[in-house]
Amino acid sequence: MIELSDVHKSFGQNEVLKGITASVEKGEVVCIVGPSGSGKSTILRCINGLESYDRGEISIEGLKVDRDTPSIVNIRTQVSMVFQRFNLFPHRTALENVIEGPLYVKKEPRAQALERGRALLAQVGLAEKADAHPPQLSGGQQQRVAIARALAMQPKAILFDEPTSALDPELVGDVLGVMRKLADDGMTMVVVTHEMGFARDVADRVLFIDGGVIVEQGPAKALLNQPQHPRTQDFLRRVLHPL
Amino acid sequence: MKGFWHDAAEFFPILMNGVALTIVVTIGSLLLSTVLGLIWAMMRVSGIRALSMISASLINVIRGIPIIVLLFYLYFVMPDLGVTLSALQAAILGLGIAYSAYQAENFRAGIEAIDKGQIEAAQSIGMGWWLTMRRVVLPQAVRIVLPPYGNVMIMMLKDSSQASTITVAELALQGKLIASSTFKNTNVFTLVALMYLTMSIPLILLVRHFEKRAGKK
Repeated sequence: MIELSDVHKSFGQNEVLKGITASVEKGEVVCIVGPSGSGKSTILRCINGLESYDRGEISIEGLKVDRDTPSIVNIRTQVSMVFQRFNLFPHRTALENVIEGPLYVKKEPRAQALERGRALLAQVGLAEKADAHPPQLSGGQQQRVAIARALAMQPKAILFDEPTSALDPELVGDVLGVMRKLADDGMTMVVVTHEMGFARDVADRVLFIDGGVIVEQGPAKALLNQPQHPRTQDFLRRVLHPL
Repeated sequence: MKGFWHDAAEFFPILMNGVALTIVVTIGSLLLSTVLGLIWAMMRVSGIRALSMISASLINVIRGIPIIVLLFYLYFVMPDLGVTLSALQAAILGLGIAYSAYQAENFRAGIEAIDKGQIEAAQSIGMGWWLTMRRVVLPQAVRIVLPPYGNVMIMMLKDSSQASTITVAELALQGKLIASSTFKNTNVFTLVALMYLTMSIPLILLVRHFEKRAGKK
């Protein structure tokens, strides 16, 4: 469903993606892990056109991702994104955040958008917070609203960019719980994360990225339990046993 | 002091005619400068190089010309080019154009103060440039922009007196006319000053209210 072939991307002199080729099937959960600065987030940002890429091709269901053509809007309504820092609209309530896209981008009737918005907030366990503004919510709650906002677009896939990295440890579980439920429901997900437990239990496949290339990839459990490449082994050892 | 109140009572009605024109000039040029300022600011942040450069140079040209010269140009030079404006039209147009540069810079600063993550979030749910501006950026920028906007309102109220140089009989000119025919300079100009101050005070309070609200967030 999502295809990347030989994708290159530089920021000035610094080449962050050095030929990424990968694909994500419908209904698949793929986790991208790797050291910081390895290009993980850049891959996600290229997939929905927040960032341009220099060479290669990214396509979603056969439609080329090119942020300089109007079709990018079409792609973004089909592939939603959840950000590390939530990026909720602070001047709107939780419910308004969720229905913003359906109402103004998809032009759904208000009553229908509201009904679905409430259902989505209930789905992420925040039915009673519909009228709260983001600053009144905890980080974990904000991120769950952000997931509801992404779901409201009825996307074919959701990209998660380190969705729990900005959260207090005790709030991480709530967000991961919502994501696990989505995975169980068959949502196509690409997740950049440092949560190895989540990757092992929920992901179908894991890509290990370092220095802008895919060093190793494979079924989640196999890759995380018996990594083959020395760099993967080294990375996992340091993440799992930091002391 | 008794003389002052006596003169005040006598001149007040005439000066009120001036106040009416002062308000017309201020509100007219405020609206015009707001609309023009918004257009310049939007061009500036459009991401389209040509538009942004046109806007930047326009703002610099406007900023570099004194208001009084702009007024003279509109009122005395434009007729030579076949465009005749009434003094009031020229005053509103001149002050509106002059202040549009400051409004534009203020609006641009407000727009650029919005977190980039907000724009990315808007894009990620499929919003285009205009929708992102209208639904996400501008509503948040308003809070930031309002306090300096209030200050511009106060400055425009006072600078409307420059319209007197092209014969608009607003408050300052009315005062000058009375003073030169009665020689009661002290009383007349004290009264004029008090009247400007009276009009400024509500605006000053408004700015304070805006600042409190912006600080709360």
